[in-house]
Amino acid sequence: MTTLTLSRALNEGLRKALENNPKTLIMGEDVGKLGGVFRVTDGLQKDFGEARVVDTPLAESGIVGTAVGLALRGYRPICEIQFDGFVFPAFDQIVSQLAKMRYRSLGSVRLPVVIRIPFGGGIGAVEHHSESPEALFAHTPGLRVVACGGPADAYTMIQQAALSDDPVIFFEPKRRYWDKAEVDTDGGLAVAPPMDQARIVAAGTDVTVLCYGPMVRTCGEAAVAAREEGRSIEVIDLRSLAPLDTGTIFESVRKTGRCVVVHEAVVTGGIGAEVAARVTQECFYSLEAPVLRVGAYSTPYPPSRMEEYYLPDLDRILDAVDRTFGY
Amino acid sequence: MTVKDAGRAVSRTAPRATARDTHRQADSAELIQLLTPEGERAEHPDYPLEISADEIKALYRDLVIVRRIDFEAIALQRQGELGIWASLLGQEAAQVGSGRALRPGDMAFPTYREHGVAWCRGVDPVKLLALFRGVSHGGWDPAEHNFHLYTIVIGSQALHATGYAMGIQRDGAMGEDGDATIAYFGDGATSQGDVNEAFIWASVNNAPVVFFCQNNQWAISEPLERQSRVPLYHRAHGFGFPGVRVDGNDVLACLAVTRKAMQAAREGQGPTLIEAFTYRMGAHTTTDDPTRYRLSAELEAWKLKDPIERVKQYLIRGELADMRFLDDIDAEAAAVGKRIRAACQAMPDPPPGSMFDDVLTAETAQLAAERAEFAAYLDSFADEQRELAREGR
Repeated sequence: MTTLTLSRALNEGLRKALENNPKTLIMGEDVGKLGGVFRVTDGLQKDFGEARVVDTPLAESGIVGTAVGLALRGYRPICEIQFDGFVFPAFDQIVSQLAKMRYRSLGSVRLPVVIRIPFGGGIGAVEHHSESPEALFAHTPGLRVVACGGPADAYTMIQQAALSDDPVIFFEPKRRYWDKAEVDTDGGLAVAPPMDQARIVAAGTDVTVLCYGPMVRTCGEAAVAAREEGRSIEVIDLRSLAPLDTGTIFESVRKTGRCVVVHEAVVTGGIGAEVAARVTQECFYSLEAPVLRVGAYSTPYPPSRMEEYYLPDLDRILDAVDRTFGY
Repeated sequence: MTVKDAGRAVSRTAPRATARDTHRQADSAELIQLLTPEGERAEHPDYPLEISADEIKALYRDLVIVRRIDFEAIALQRQGELGIWASLLGQEAAQVGSGRALRPGDMAFPTYREHGVAWCRGVDPVKLLALFRGVSHGGWDPAEHNFHLYTIVIGSQALHATGYAMGIQRDGAMGEDGDATIAYFGDGATSQGDVNEAFIWASVNNAPVVFFCQNNQWAISEPLERQSRVPLYHRAHGFGFPGVRVDGNDVLACLAVTRKAMQAAREGQGPTLIEAFTYRMGAHTTTDDPTRYRLSAELEAWKLKDPIERVKQYLIRGELADMRFLDDIDAEAAAVGKRIRAACQAMPDPPPGSMFDDVLTAETAQLAAERAEFAAYLDSFADEQRELAREGR
């Protein structure tokens, strides 16, 4: 066990991925000498060279498009998109090419490309630096979409993503980059659950709270606070957004009879909507209340002086939990 | 005076050209040509081409067969066997010349109109028909013939070719006998960000990639002056690599120019932009009506520069081929046409359940459930059919 920040855990996981396969590459803006604006790739270019940790020109479509070409030649690129709001220039390459090329080829090509995206708000940033676009990718067949919530998952999930023969959109909670936790670097992947499996963060009996990424910590805190009020919250970190681990979700909701989905992303058309529909369909007779969603309002991300009102926090989560007892 | 010199002499004395003139008067610029529209061999100091009569006859065969495949596909579309077809009529020389310049290890990244390149790479034309029939989205293995899948979004493949070339660099597979890639796109694609980004990536990485732009003058209804104020091959200079303009209706020039650019790429001299100056003789696709936006006089002028006729004239005039040879090629082309027509007509629709195949390398539980649900839904109709049959209806 080692205590690592989430950023450092990703760094160690990426190091393992580079060590384990000479075809693995890291590419992106400022990932080399600088080590990335969040230092996730710190020191990797020094140790693995400029051919494997590549500072690219400043154009996101070019990063992903050349990654597709490298993958066709047998490489396994891990691309960094510097901020969530900058993924859109690459959206066409991701959605129209990366996600569809295997299908187009009737299974003859593999696209083992990972696209890392720091996402979410709460850091007082300017526009385009606080967004949560995960639903757009989860809506796209042909992609695996995951989000890590803490250092331990960050360490193993980035390695699992690097081993995947399918494209993986890998969301990293940027405001949690400096959170510290114990990471089992010795046990590693051998003891880690698969990347597409949800994880019960806190067991409970009264209500199921589903979350991912930056909201995992917030929901964990909500569970502690609720316990003081005599409510037992089961917190589940979805981890995989496409596909969803519905088995774990349904089992919990059938037990608790109540479900709240929490994310920073806009509620309309979001992951919570998908989860709510599936839970309603499969757990209808177990539900004591409608599935509630806690997330962003249907506005663009506001200027940062307002973001604390925009982002879900402990009180809004507990408020939703309370409301599930009002039916 | 070489063609190149003649072009310079004209441009020195000519008044300032409009954008349209710049594009239309390609023959007065630095157009590389080794076989004139009249079928006479020309020499170019930078592109000496030693080629035997048999090799030229082989190119002639390619050109005729490729045109026949195109002709057959248009007819199949008209008869309802294909949903749509993108004709290459007029661009046979650009595609066969460049396609035959490739080595087996080279990788080609086509648009959706590169039927001639597909032929040169050994891809069965029936696979192309399957795409335009709606049976597949492509479906050939790119590695089998080193011919990537058709890309329909304009320009995306330029980045794939460049990335693949960066892989060649990392494999240490360059050198005199090494590999390189070629990215095909059209004049309209030069406005796309992805093509420009590919130029940048190729340039700063010195990647072994050749950008082969077939300037067929029209992006559906938009003439080249809607895309560029400068001749397209001039664009390369701003990115830091050479650009050349070749007579795209001259199969020998396209062969020589592409061969040289590919060799330069594989030997580490970086990318080249080749602008093959040609003309889209047909419609953009079978759904298009070019009479709405262009004059027939333009078409007539380009008919005189036909890519096949000039090779035929060269072979006849030089007594390199007799009527028997020409007839045999026509017969072979007809046989290819007949074969692909029959294969197209006999092509079954894919089983509907196959729409669930190959989304990811391993099927997710969710998709498996949807597949099962769909199968059960289809089966429910089968029950209904059986019941109706039993009731004698």
